[in-house]
Amino acid sequence: MHSIPGRRLIMGLFLVFLLLPIYWLVNMSFKTNSEIVSTMTLWPHTPTLQHYQRIFTDESWYSGYINSLQYVILNTIISISVALPAAYAFSRYRFLGDKHLFFWLLSNRMAPAAVYALPFFNLYSAIGLFDTPWAVALAHCIFNVPLAVWILEGFVSGVPREIDETAFLDGYSFPRFFIKILVPLIASGIGVAAFFCFMFSWVELLLARTLTSVHAKPIAAIMTRTVSAAGMDWGLLAAAGVLTIIPGALVIWFVRNYIARGFALGRV
Amino acid sequence: MDKTVNQKAWFLVLPVFLVVAFSAVLPLMTVVNYSMQDTFGNNQFFWNGVGWFKELLDPSTDLGGRFLASLGRNLFFSLVILAIEVPLGIVVALSMPREGWTVAACLVILALPLLIPWNVVGTIWQIFGRPDIGLLGYVLNAMGFDYNYVANEFDAWVTVIVMDVWHWTSLVALLCYAGLKSIPEAYYQAAQIDGASRWAVFKAIQLPKMNRVLLIAVLLRFMDSFMIYTEPFVVTGGGPGNSTTFVSIELVKIALGQFDLGKAAALSLVYNLIILIVCWIFYTVMTNAGVERKVQASSEPAVEPKPSAALKPVPALEPREGVA
Repeated sequence: MHSIPGRRLIMGLFLVFLLLPIYWLVNMSFKTNSEIVSTMTLWPHTPTLQHYQRIFTDESWYSGYINSLQYVILNTIISISVALPAAYAFSRYRFLGDKHLFFWLLSNRMAPAAVYALPFFNLYSAIGLFDTPWAVALAHCIFNVPLAVWILEGFVSGVPREIDETAFLDGYSFPRFFIKILVPLIASGIGVAAFFCFMFSWVELLLARTLTSVHAKPIAAIMTRTVSAAGMDWGLLAAAGVLTIIPGALVIWFVRNYIARGFALGRV
Repeated sequence: MDKTVNQKAWFLVLPVFLVVAFSAVLPLMTVVNYSMQDTFGNNQFFWNGVGWFKELLDPSTDLGGRFLASLGRNLFFSLVILAIEVPLGIVVALSMPREGWTVAACLVILALPLLIPWNVVGTIWQIFGRPDIGLLGYVLNAMGFDYNYVANEFDAWVTVIVMDVWHWTSLVALLCYAGLKSIPEAYYQAAQIDGASRWAVFKAIQLPKMNRVLLIAVLLRFMDSFMIYTEPFVVTGGGPGNSTTFVSIELVKIALGQFDLGKAAALSLVYNLIILIVCWIFYTVMTNAGVERKVQASSEPAVEPKPSAALKPVPALEPREGVA
């Protein structure tokens, strides 16, 4: 009753549609450049690891991954730690301007990154954070903090109020209650929120590229620049692309049941 | 409803407020400041009042023409991808396997495109669509189509739209799937007893239950497609000509390419205002849905479903009679 006739076929076709372009990228990353340019082959006839080797040995390449991971992790930590108390406050209390504040947060999640690119560039240059992981991490807070607040608010609301009240009656102070009781209770929610912060920071390029020049350049920017300078090294580009997909693909298993919730800002 | 009023809660919200204000309010003030001024370089600024805004909304000027053209293209793009992604997403959600390991496998594969960095999404399609080295371009050309997204406007549009469908249909599908999963089995059993057709089940049970998630999906997709930048930029660079230059691409061109701060700032503000309006609709919808959710949650205690839950399907199925 849940499903429709021919569902296996539809699902199968759609999954093929999703996987085919990705397969092509993976396929190309294992080919030699001469094979890519000269013939159309459905799988690598002379498989090679040279592109991956180059990325892992050339500092200008692998430092890009390290830079990206640095700001992504920084951003996740900042986002979650400021969002946790706020999520609790929004879930449990009413206070002056709470609804407006919530809307304001959401509006920042939706603001186009292109609008902020230039002012961020000025702002972070002025305070001397330009070209550091901190600049990108703070800039990405603009959409990740609201997201984390929304997701966590949903999870905190799932914790019965009685637990708070009992804890306070038992003489727990607020910080102690928060760390010892609430955080373990919503651990899965924190995991989900962290995953989504990680992800949205990882996939974003415009701000990350604008706010860095040399030392903190993310892998995404290195991909777009180096490749055009080297006269289109397709195999290398494909290999670099494959490596950016891997982190997401690895952790997705753990949040598969919360994916919809995360994308809908905790509202499903 | 049962939230207590406590002004001290502001202390808990304060960190969020400060972090977001630092990233949002300060830059936005810079934007407002720039939007009223003109610059000839060397950090010299001249007061220009609302001049930029006038120019922006007047299609006969260069700036206004570019803005309105890119706005039109962007709206058209958003409408096209919504028209494709929403029905397709619903169909895919309905096609999800019911149980077993295939559910998890499908979920993971569906989510895969969502987790790929946006410029890599662009790169994937850039490669995939090339007539010389990409599977899609090669096959299309071998079949006799003269497909070339770099030179032909129509092909560029098709590529950008198919790419977005590839990238984001999963989001619609996942949201719909979450909505479908929340339908209690009893509804389907009741429908079966009544001998309702599949179509009737879809119209009377599944669609109403998906209403809320669909609305979320449509609004999210609208807003995200309205500020799309990276993917089309990587694939087509806004071309051929200006044919796939969307608002964000135009904005970045003016701001970071030409360093026309005043024009870029004025465009930013108008752009932001449009997003803000849509966002407000989104927020209203979501908070109303939230109230609904809490009412539902409070009516069913943590234990087994109450008898009332088993009775509910009957009224929900009433509209079926006309169909069956």
